[in-house]
Amino acid sequence: MIVLEDVHKSYGKLKILRGCSASVKLGEVVVVCGPSGSGKSTLIKCVNGLVPFEQGSITVDGVSVSDKKTDLPMLRARIGMVFQNFELYPHMTALENVSLAQIHVLKRSRAEADARSEKLLARVGLGGKLASRPSQLSGGQQQRVSIARALAMDPKAMLFDEPTSALDPEMINEVLEVMQALALEGMTMMVVTHEMGFAQRVADRVLFMDGGEILEDTPKAQFFTDPATERAKQFLTKVLTH
Amino acid sequence: MSDFDWGVIVRSWSFLAEGMALSALLVAVATIGGLVIGFGLALMRLSSNRLIASPAAAYVTVMRSLPLVLVLFWFYFLVPLAIGRPIGSLASALIAFVMFEAAFYCEIIRAGINNVRQGQTEAGLATGLRRSQVMRHIVMPQALKAMTPLVLNQIIIVFQDTSLVYVVALHDFLTTASIVAARDGRPTEMYTLVAVVYLIICLSSTKALELYRKGRAG
Repeated sequence: MIVLEDVHKSYGKLKILRGCSASVKLGEVVVVCGPSGSGKSTLIKCVNGLVPFEQGSITVDGVSVSDKKTDLPMLRARIGMVFQNFELYPHMTALENVSLAQIHVLKRSRAEADARSEKLLARVGLGGKLASRPSQLSGGQQQRVSIARALAMDPKAMLFDEPTSALDPEMINEVLEVMQALALEGMTMMVVTHEMGFAQRVADRVLFMDGGEILEDTPKAQFFTDPATERAKQFLTKVLTH
Repeated sequence: MSDFDWGVIVRSWSFLAEGMALSALLVAVATIGGLVIGFGLALMRLSSNRLIASPAAAYVTVMRSLPLVLVLFWFYFLVPLAIGRPIGSLASALIAFVMFEAAFYCEIIRAGINNVRQGQTEAGLATGLRRSQVMRHIVMPQALKAMTPLVLNQIIIVFQDTSLVYVVALHDFLTTASIVAARDGRPTEMYTLVAVVYLIICLSSTKALELYRKGRAG
């Protein structure tokens, strides 16, 4: 579904990604973890072309992201993305947030789009918040709206960029539960997160990144019990002991 | 007080109204034209292509460092030279105001757009919206909110600046009043009237602006 081959990215002289290769198969849940500044967020933003990269290739559902002939907006419409800071549109209600791209990208009528949005908002537990502005919602609620916004495009895969990092601890679970339900339904997911509990419960594989490289690409069970690299071992002791 | 003759205002009313109409026309054209061209300039300045961004930046810098009177003269004398025929005071003044205001509106609009977080654009793009759609549905509505008080403020400044058109022989409100003042020998009455009218218009606009800001904050 998602194939990355030898992806390089630098900002000026600063190398962020040094040859990352990985793949996410249909229906798979892959968690990307690693210390801050390891390039996880940059990597996941390369997948839908939000961050351009200099070298290597990424294909999603067989379509190349970096090919100049690719209709990038059409490709992005089929990949949902959830951001660390939610990035809901503050001048719109929850319903309008979820309907916007359905109307302007998928060309659904407003009624059609709103009906779909209502269903999705109900599904993430926010059926009663259709008319609320983002500023009237808690962080956890906002992030659930943003998951609904991504799902509204009927995506073939979902990208999550640290979806719980900006949340207060008591709101993390309500977001993780929605994500877990998605995973169980068979959604293809690539998730950058520090939530190792989530990784242990739903991930098929774990990618461990450090210094712009993917150091490990291992099945979940093996990653948590017997990581191959010393750096992954150190990372795990740090995140699992507290 | 017996020396004052306020009747002069009533007698010259229609002439004064013509001056006021010209001032209003200048404000309207300068604001609308300035916003349209200023928006174009702002988009150019925000371009990542330097060949597009630099000319707009240079234009804004030049215009903002010149006094408006100079720009008025410039278009009055240079435009006829450039196109080979006279275009008249009014047309040259309107062009000068639009081009001058465009530079200021460019900066206001650019600041408004920059004020919207980059993540908003990313979120829009990630759902498959095109750049122009992101600008229209997500960035501009938020930028407009931040810009509105600055635009209203700029309109008040333009209104005060319209009095400068006397240098190209146009009769705005202040100029018509000073003609009447000289003709009827009533400078005190006429200049008091001008001051009061400017004061009322600017104070009430400023007040409206304050109320708007409060309404937004509350």
